[in-house]
Amino acid sequence: MVVVAFVFWIFVKEVLPGLAPVATQGAELARPSDLLFYVIAAVSIVSGAGVAFSRSIIYAALSLLGALLGIGALFIFLSADYVAVSQLLIYIGGVLVLILFAVMLTSKIGDKSHTNPSIGVLPGIGLTVALIAVLGYVATKTPWISNPNAPNPAQTARTIGDVFLKEYLLPFEVSSLVLLATLIGAVVVARKEIKE
Amino acid sequence: MLAPGLPHFLIVGAVLFAFGTYTVVTRTNAVGILMGVELILNAANVNFVAFNRFNPSPLLTGQVFSIFVIVLAAAEAAVALAIVLAIFMTAKTIDATQADTLKE
Repeated sequence: MVVVAFVFWIFVKEVLPGLAPVATQGAELARPSDLLFYVIAAVSIVSGAGVAFSRSIIYAALSLLGALLGIGALFIFLSADYVAVSQLLIYIGGVLVLILFAVMLTSKIGDKSHTNPSIGVLPGIGLTVALIAVLGYVATKTPWISNPNAPNPAQTARTIGDVFLKEYLLPFEVSSLVLLATLIGAVVVARKEIKE
Repeated sequence: MLAPGLPHFLIVGAVLFAFGTYTVVTRTNAVGILMGVELILNAANVNFVAFNRFNPSPLLTGQVFSIFVIVLAAAEAAVALAIVLAIFMTAKTIDATQADTLKE
């Protein structure tokens, strides 16, 4: 918990002053949707910290659930409904269940304190702080071409389907091949060898 | 309280990316490392979708790219967990520091 508090202190100290120009530019009264963004962002970030710092691998997996849910909510906030639904179906319905299966199959759940050990914590924290500082600096200081009043895309699913079958047809087909290769490869790698 | 713009989403993505990097760097449990990789890919997705929202293109390029990222992440998770299970069957451990048979 001390480590989490330290990282958050660094975040507040390093990144929030960079937001001050943005605040003066776009200062307006709080709307419920804005508050909602901060709540969702806080849930995602705290859950991400849980993945990074949790002692037990089960708790880390459950924190990953929170982080994925929060990121899916951010997608809805960015009016990307199709991506949000894909996130729910594939990540939470597929990848997370797969990860939980792997946890149950491999680690000894009984001794909770040793399921998710860490090494090199201090260099890791240094790297994290440096990354947050540099990326936060870049994100706040760069004059991004950004239009907050851009119109929301009306039909995301329809546009994405059109684009998949027209402009991005080759990557679409290649990704289907990748999935087929994954299916076969996962079975081949994980099977038990039968020795004659 | 200020309205969330592009930098806000980029900062959320940056913090999640940093936590994912920390997880990948410090964990010795192979499944824990995989969770860090998922976190990193999701942080990249947040950036893609945020750029797409604030710089709209008629083709929704950012959302399409993030869907490709999700597909590849699912494939990566399946193969990586198969590899973890194979390592667990041969080495009886998934500690990433213990699976060093090639060094001996």
